Amino acid sequence: MSLNNRHNEPAAKRLTRRGLILFGAQVGFMGLLGLRLRFLQVDQADEFRLLAEENRINIHLLPPARGLIFDRNGVPLAENAQNYRIVMVREQAGDVTTILDRLGRIIPLSDDDRATALKNLKRRSGFVPITVAEHLSWEQLAAVSANAPALPGVTAEVGLTRHYPLAEDFTHIVGYVGRVTDYDLNRIEDPDPLLQIPKFQIGKSGVELKIERRLRGFAGTKRIEVNSVGRVMREIDRKEGQSGAKVELTVDHRLQNYVQARLAGQSASAVVMDVKSGDLMAIGSAPSFDPNKFVTGISTTEFDELMADPFSPFANKATQGTYPPGSTFKMMVALAALKEGVITADEEVTCRGHMELGNQRFHCWKRAGHGRVNLRDSLKQSCDVYYYELAQRIGIEKIAEMARQFGLGDRLALPLNGIAAGLMPTKAWKKRIYGEQWRIGDTLNASIGQGYVLTSPLQLATMVARLATGRAVVPKLLKSVDGVNTFVPPPEALDIPAPVLAAIRDGMFAVSNERHGTGYSTRVAEKSMRMAGKSGTSQVRRITTAERKAGVTSNADLPWERRDHALFVAYAPFDAPRFAVAVIVEHGGGGSRFAAPIVRDIMLEALYGGKPPPSAYPASQRTRISNERKKLILRDPQT
Amino acid sequence: MSYLVHNLKTVPVGLRKVLHLNWPLFLLVTAVACFGFLMLYSVAGGSFDPWAAAQAKRFGVGMVLMLVVAFIPIYFWRNVAGLAYAVSLFLLIGVALFGEVGMGAQRWIDLGFMRLQPSELMKIALVMALAAYYDWLDISKVSKPLWVGLPLLMIAVPMLLVLKQPDLGTALLLGLGGTAILWLAGVHWGYFAAATLSVVGLISAVLFSRGTSWQLLKNYQYRRIDTFLDPASDPLGAGYHITQSKIALGSGGWSGRGFMQGTQSRLNFLPEKQTDFIFTTLAEELGFIGGISLLFLYALIVLFCVISALNNRDRFGALLTLGIATTFFLFFAVNMSMVMGLAPVVGVPLPLVSYGGTAMLVLMLAFGLVQSAHIHRPK
Repeated sequence: MSLNNRHNEPAAKRLTRRGLILFGAQVGFMGLLGLRLRFLQVDQADEFRLLAEENRINIHLLPPARGLIFDRNGVPLAENAQNYRIVMVREQAGDVTTILDRLGRIIPLSDDDRATALKNLKRRSGFVPITVAEHLSWEQLAAVSANAPALPGVTAEVGLTRHYPLAEDFTHIVGYVGRVTDYDLNRIEDPDPLLQIPKFQIGKSGVELKIERRLRGFAGTKRIEVNSVGRVMREIDRKEGQSGAKVELTVDHRLQNYVQARLAGQSASAVVMDVKSGDLMAIGSAPSFDPNKFVTGISTTEFDELMADPFSPFANKATQGTYPPGSTFKMMVALAALKEGVITADEEVTCRGHMELGNQRFHCWKRAGHGRVNLRDSLKQSCDVYYYELAQRIGIEKIAEMARQFGLGDRLALPLNGIAAGLMPTKAWKKRIYGEQWRIGDTLNASIGQGYVLTSPLQLATMVARLATGRAVVPKLLKSVDGVNTFVPPPEALDIPAPVLAAIRDGMFAVSNERHGTGYSTRVAEKSMRMAGKSGTSQVRRITTAERKAGVTSNADLPWERRDHALFVAYAPFDAPRFAVAVIVEHGGGGSRFAAPIVRDIMLEALYGGKPPPSAYPASQRTRISNERKKLILRDPQT
Repeated sequence: MSYLVHNLKTVPVGLRKVLHLNWPLFLLVTAVACFGFLMLYSVAGGSFDPWAAAQAKRFGVGMVLMLVVAFIPIYFWRNVAGLAYAVSLFLLIGVALFGEVGMGAQRWIDLGFMRLQPSELMKIALVMALAAYYDWLDISKVSKPLWVGLPLLMIAVPMLLVLKQPDLGTALLLGLGGTAILWLAGVHWGYFAAATLSVVGLISAVLFSRGTSWQLLKNYQYRRIDTFLDPASDPLGAGYHITQSKIALGSGGWSGRGFMQGTQSRLNFLPEKQTDFIFTTLAEELGFIGGISLLFLYALIVLFCVISALNNRDRFGALLTLGIATTFFLFFAVNMSMVMGLAPVVGVPLPLVSYGGTAMLVLMLAFGLVQSAHIHRPK
């Protein structure tokens, strides 16, 4: 070791110089670090802060409870039932397959469910609860709970799911809910984030669909802080949502049940309406199906069965179905004629069973003819020739104008999907659609509710209610939403002189209460409950000459789908009208024979608010009626 | 020995040495350590456990160690420099043979009461040994190839051992720290030019060897290089560390979210939040002001070391002080570059702040040596 070394001035100087160079380089690098820090923290701060928020906070939606739907008496039609489900947390379960095997021995677990659960358990993070089974019964849940020690990571949860306690009775009115599909998302302009929740259910038909927005309510939000792998660290805040509106319908659940039971077995529909308020007391459409199956998931076989049913259970025939009104349309023609003064109520027309028009022959349903008929007789016996005569005198435009006043050919506003507008043809309409001239024969066909005229049972019931009151009654289905009663302005009086209306009502009275009336056999014995009605039998198609030659003369000989529709409309009591009822039995046959008895039964059921006393029926029919009623499958047979 | 006799007469003795400590340096080191305690307290969610309290204890022990080392005359340290290097090298070899594998790397020897990381010891031992070497070496021989070759070997052997563990960060620190002493000692600049060229060559070789049978780095090291170059390419995979680190830093803004208000780090978006990535927590919570303050404190520590060294006429003391200052600088420079996305993630802690026992003790020991050189410097 040389002492000189340390005193070597050039060496010390070099050390100092090089030390300063090194320090300078270090300071330079530190400056660079400072600039970088400034760039990240000051210049790009906003961008990174945003990224950080996304990193940290997850917003969870709290689905609101869907609004409940009640009938007019407060009986629940759609409620939120507790849905017991089993969830599994992988990191707690450990051996997932073994646990699933054990679970499968306690509750039914299809291979499909199992595969789905396994897939989700594998794919999602270990701490995410995965739904393994849903819609379990309380007993199944209890069984799982009892075996809890053998099922680590398995827990029971309760959620809400839609339930329709009255099942098939209200399928066509209340409708049902189902999962949001891609189709729904494309169809509806609805930015509600709730729709993005997996398994969230929205209205698919009926009231559930039509006032979806009110029923759904508004989502609450829960902001949670999550860490890098999504594990929830804490809840930051929670904003409760707003549950959906409580909805009351005008429908009476008991009457609805009766109507559905009465229509069962046929492809038929019925509408019961309060003539003053327009309240729809019942809207029956048979056959029906259990909407609950659509909530929990319907099997393909069941769905295909429903689809293949020739009676088309999916359609609400009362509002969506349109049929030629047949003779129930005659009141419109008569009203138009009387109002225009082309005929008086007493003037007689001779019916020889047919009318010649040019080289065409228009038949009356009674081949032998009715002889001399006035207005009253024409309605009572449903003489066709009388209306051919009237039709020639006033023309289609006046008839259509009158029919529109009664709601025919117009879409009535109800919160139901697919409400049919029907069809009230005019000359202009035919020109527009077919590019053809309107012919007098078309008017004649229309005058007996055939040809182009199409109406729905809802429209017919509305028509009868307006006939009974002389006011433009509007059908109503929503009694109240969220406790606020639906406001309907008092219906305006129709522009028809009172004597004209009275003459029509008198004719309808004769139909249901006088000998030879088409509805006489279905009269009401109780004087204070007597009906005024009108039958109708509308041809789906004419019986061809070839068929006539082959011996086909009546409906019964034809295949079902080519038989006539049976119609009957009525209001009662005649003296102080309360309800209007319209019934159509698809391909049922004659209206007075097949539809009228249903109308009477439903009408009496509505008037008496339950099972009518035997005295309401004519003495000779009481035993038969009583036996028939016993066969009906009613929810509450006592009433 | 007359120089030493003379030297000893001019330096303080006994407890009077306390008065001759480099007090600014002492206070700066303490200030930075306190920064560390605060951040560890915050990272734990406002708790002294599990990190802040343990770190404070270690700092206490480190403080005692520093003072003990500081009061021992510098010539003692010069005399044991070779021994320290030999022991560290021996331990490094021991780790390579019997060490425990932790975090995918073989770095520790379990001594029973503590886990020793010989690579940390080596950082100081290498600086000591090189300083002693150049103190001993005649100035005229400094640039002779043979006398340059020996220190290069002294650097290369531990570097390769550390690289084998594998610990790229420490290897980098050893290499650069050692080279800095060579530079300070006055080795001809031509060597450095040549070294720079060969490093460029080596980097090319490393990159080109990828996927071949003689691949020089592990696959994960290549991936780190990839993600350093383009962190966005795999934000949830290998680029995760860098991306999240930048997000945390950037979201701090000018004045930060406030102490204990950091979200990214406490929610585990950040990896190794209490060790290598603690600077992101600091920058997120205390913002640019906090980050730049720490950088300034570090700069002052280096500055006071440099001032002390340049006023030290003892070649060993000067070289040692500058070498330690450079190693210290490399620590925080590499760490900060890493978390700010300027360098690949190599696993170098933030000195005096990151949680970690060996690093803290070794750094305090190093500052003890700086203090010793300062106290015992010839006037």
